[in-house]
Amino acid sequence: MTTTTVPPRRSDEPRTPQGKAGKFFDDRLNLAKPLRVQLNKVFPDHWSFMMGEIALYSFIILLLTGTYLTFFFDPSMVETVYPKNGTYVPMRGITMSRAYESTLNITFDVRGGLVVRQIHHWAALLFVAAMLVHMCRVFFTGAFRKPRELNWLIGLSLIALGIIEGFVGYSLPDDLLSGTGLRIAYSIVLSIPVVGTWLAFLVFGGPFPGDVIIGRFYIAHVLLIPGILLLLISAHLALIVRQKHTEFPGPGRSEHTVSGERVFPLYAAKAGGFFFIVFGVCAALGGLAQINPVWLFGPYQPAAVSSGSQPDWYMMFLDGSTRLFPSWEIRLWHHTLPPLFWPTVVLPGILFTLAGAYPFIEAKMTNDRGKHNLLQRPRDVPVRTALGCMALTFYMVLFLSGGNDIIAKAFDISLNAMTWGGRIALLVLPPIAYLVGYRVCLGLQRHDREVLEHGIETGIIKMLPSGEYIEVHQPIGPTDEHGHGQLSYGGRPVPKRMNQLGAASPLSQIRGFFYPVKEKPEIQAALDELEQREHGDVETAEGPKQLTD
Amino acid sequence: MSDDIESEFGFEPAVSATGAADGAAQKPARTSKRRGGLRRRISAVIVLLSALGIMGASYAAFAGSSGASDTGTSKDDIEAGRQLYSVSCITCHGANLQGIKGQGPSLVGVGSAAVYFQVSTGRMPATGQGAYQARKVAKFDEQETEQIAAYVQSIGGGPTIPVGSLRGDSATISLGGQLFRINCASCHGTTFKGAPLSAGKIAPSLNEATDKQIIAAMLSGPESMPVFSDNQLTPAQKRAIVAYIQTIKASKDPGGAGIDRIGPVSEAIVIWVGGVGALMIAILWIGAKTR
Ligand code: HEC
Ligand code: HEC
Ligand code: HEM
Repeated sequence: MTTTTVPPRRSDEPRTPQGKAGKFFDDRLNLAKPLRVQLNKVFPDHWSFMMGEIALYSFIILLLTGTYLTFFFDPSMVETVYPKNGTYVPMRGITMSRAYESTLNITFDVRGGLVVRQIHHWAALLFVAAMLVHMCRVFFTGAFRKPRELNWLIGLSLIALGIIEGFVGYSLPDDLLSGTGLRIAYSIVLSIPVVGTWLAFLVFGGPFPGDVIIGRFYIAHVLLIPGILLLLISAHLALIVRQKHTEFPGPGRSEHTVSGERVFPLYAAKAGGFFFIVFGVCAALGGLAQINPVWLFGPYQPAAVSSGSQPDWYMMFLDGSTRLFPSWEIRLWHHTLPPLFWPTVVLPGILFTLAGAYPFIEAKMTNDRGKHNLLQRPRDVPVRTALGCMALTFYMVLFLSGGNDIIAKAFDISLNAMTWGGRIALLVLPPIAYLVGYRVCLGLQRHDREVLEHGIETGIIKMLPSGEYIEVHQPIGPTDEHGHGQLSYGGRPVPKRMNQLGAASPLSQIRGFFYPVKEKPEIQAALDELEQREHGDVETAEGPKQLTD
Repeated sequence: MSDDIESEFGFEPAVSATGAADGAAQKPARTSKRRGGLRRRISAVIVLLSALGIMGASYAAFAGSSGASDTGTSKDDIEAGRQLYSVSCITCHGANLQGIKGQGPSLVGVGSAAVYFQVSTGRMPATGQGAYQARKVAKFDEQETEQIAAYVQSIGGGPTIPVGSLRGDSATISLGGQLFRINCASCHGTTFKGAPLSAGKIAPSLNEATDKQIIAAMLSGPESMPVFSDNQLTPAQKRAIVAYIQTIKASKDPGGAGIDRIGPVSEAIVIWVGGVGALMIAILWIGAKTR
């Protein structure tokens, strides 16, 4: 027996090495408390909230792959001759710029160069596409309403800058295809009244093509625009943390609460996993599908041009508007306004201005000055949804017209017919889309109300003694003496099929759509009971959380 | 015919740096010739007379040397060609190749290259009077095609396909690429995918063209394609172009699936369907798991 006294152990003294390390930093930086607050923030889970994440992750992929490319890319327009023993035989002895030669070298000589180039380019296409899809989500659910108009504007700047960044990057290899695009860009700048010539010379350092543009674009592409993008993305995310995420209405959800998963560990795990899925998709595309094969296009030379020259998809709507716009030359105050000016400068100007002004226009028109943290289902705001359909249709017609020569060739339609078809469609289809969108919204609304009032269709047909056939409806709530439901519409999905309560999962909507669900009745009943109970549990677990946490 | 004279007299189609429309516009004589029957007829007669009168001798000498001896066509071949011609072509091009108004143009002076091109790509005998005679399965085999070509050559003369190798060696590929981008890409595209031209005409894809057909196309300038006489592109340059086209066509895509080498349009489809589509499914899957 010994008499040494054991010192009383302080309960909050860390014992594990990680704990000790943590304490080391916490004692010095005082991180634990603020971090705890951040990690305990909750992020609502709805599948549509992950579209913005695709954009974020593809931007990270762009930074990573782009950095690798900078090690080998030479942004110089100095003329050089592809060596007689160069790897790519069909270019041997051809005069080209250093930029093009180094792109060939990345492709054929640098280890992993081609696949990184391709991942970079696919990720660029995905980046803008994801931003567009994300923007549609925000628009159609009304997430841009007060207090989030600022983030809507930041988002618009992001997509505009993303498009510019993509175009600038696409021009870097100095190949025949992108050079043709660059030449068009030059004419577009020239077409701006009064300042056009001056501006074009400023950007290109003289008449096209000059010998500085690739170098300037390079700095813009790897430093300037990514820097601004990074700043804007940070602001965008900071605003989301500050203002909290929106969510769809539901039990226990209100304008003043936010519910969902804690950032750590669940949301972090989910987001981290999703990053790798996005990376996987980009890598799979980069490894499996060839993109921008500049070696087939050849170096840029002003004397050559290829038919079927197209820009990347995000520029195609401008190409389309140019193809559709009649070649009117307008003279005003001794200035000639070239036809190119309207479809390539004025039109995107109007589109982006309208988009930027929309939140304010809507608030004004609906006289709505309140703050909104709950989202709306698109069907519940038919006018906005229909306007969105109209805008998307307008965009789609321009987009498809950007590839109208390829479509004409593929389907054996005359190019003139495609152009005229595009012009007519541009004027006729958007209003039709408005009407159709509006009607569909009303129809969906009516069906929701009908189910709330009369219950869910069971698919069971009963013959009454009178010989009349009726379908049995399952009420989804208490009914009045006439058998009519008393639930009112709550702005959230209404169950439309038997035993499908709540609708968090879009897959469950599809289930049974293509083929009937097969379970035997008794098993099905047990399953349903289980599901119902489980669902109830989840709902209590993720109970509301005060916004003021 | 008229083209040969034009190029003979130094009319060089400015084939560099021209778009599709310019290319078509370079040959007003040819295109309008096909539209107005009467005008075509008159001009054909004038052209025929002048061609026969002024240059007939030189053509005959040329055709005599390369057509008869070098390509190994004999009197029998010409006779066989005549018979094939009178069965399949005479209804549109006439008994003396003079052409028939509203049916087909004169074949005097088009040369065996034009006949080889038209018949071996299945464009002739024509089916119906469309704006565009597309490539079809050839009706005649190689030998019969040569025989018809020899027959037409023996009567009217004109450009012939040279004998010997038609494809340059691998050292000429890059030169061919350079020439192709300057002379041909404006219509056929850098990846030979072709493109629609104005007025329902098409610059076809070069995917199926053989060495001989490429040479024949350059020599004869079918439809709205300009003629590339040996003054504009020397025979060696033509062989280099063939080498480039055929090498690139046969080359594998180092970057994975070539997605038809159309460029941004097919890339747009892939990113929206394959990229965004796959990620939407992933999102739905994750969304379904979290309820
Ligand atoms: C002004 C546009 C134009 C240019 C320039 C042009 N072509 Fe053509 N090419 C055409 C058209 C139009 C046809 C279709 C002719 C027909 O169907 O009768 C064609 C047909 C062809 C064909 C036949 C394709 C097939 O298999 O059906 C080949 C081969 C060809 N061109 C090669 C060339 C080459 C080589 C060059 C460059 C030296 C060239 N072309 C330049 C317009 C052009
Ligand atoms: C149904 C009528 C028709 C028949 C049959 C026909 N052709 Fe033609 N041919 C045309 C027409 C029309 C054109 C001009 C259109 C074009 O160039 O595509 C033409 C053009 C040509 C040309 C090109 C002339 C030039 O200026 O380059 C050649 C060569 C030719 N035909 C050869 C033949 C031969 C050989 C046959 C028989 C195997 C034949 N054609 C049968 C209608 C016909
Ligand atoms: C900020 C990080 C980035 C860096 C360092 C970077 C770097 C580069 C470099 C060096 C090239 C030329 C190499 C080549 O030709 O293959 C390039 C090309 C390109 N970049 Fe970026 N980039 C970045 C971000 C982006 C972004 C955000 C986009 C799109 C929105 C983008 C789109 C492109 C495109 C389309 C090309 C042409 C690729 C090709 O030729 O196949 N880049 N980039």
